[in-house]
Amino acid sequence: MLFYSFFKTLVGQPVVVELKNDMLIQGTLVSVDQFLNIKLDGVRVEDERKYPHVASLKNSFIRGSVVRYVHIPATAVDTALLQDAARKESQQPK
Amino acid sequence: MATGSAVEQPLDLVRLSLDERIYVKMRGDRELRGRLHGYDQHMNMVLGEVEETITIVEPSDQPTEGSIQTVKKNYEMLFVRGDNVILVAPPMRS
Repeated sequence: MLFYSFFKTLVGQPVVVELKNDMLIQGTLVSVDQFLNIKLDGVRVEDERKYPHVASLKNSFIRGSVVRYVHIPATAVDTALLQDAARKESQQPK
Repeated sequence: MATGSAVEQPLDLVRLSLDERIYVKMRGDRELRGRLHGYDQHMNMVLGEVEETITIVEPSDQPTEGSIQTVKKNYEMLFVRGDNVILVAPPMRS
């Protein structure tokens, strides 16, 4: 649940979600769930000419499994806190 | 098999790389070099100061005429979904 908690701290931040089909979606992070499904508001697709069918899209729900990367502003991340949480998480018996 | 924390699992080795620069080989002929801030058992990761290298092979009819190109991109902070990850290693500086 580490990254679920991590994404919850990023709600309200502008992010870019890069999908496995190479699509880039910019938007504001609204919510995330345990599967790392993502909801974005005010979305803008990076290459609008290539994806005209999503030109009128305002809000989106993105299935977690189709995400390749999420580009995040570095200022939004407390790296020391995250490293500490990762250390603790790896020590828990699963 | 010995009991207790003497036995290190592969993910324990990744834990040693927290706050260190690492090399990640991913599916789709992609490689990442960045500072590891967090990871989980799925190999989901957060990397900082990342350089992504995408290798593109352009085949041609003549074996001597095909080309290999690389595209490099930089990100200040990146969440990487674990299902794309092939391997994680210390960076090999050439």
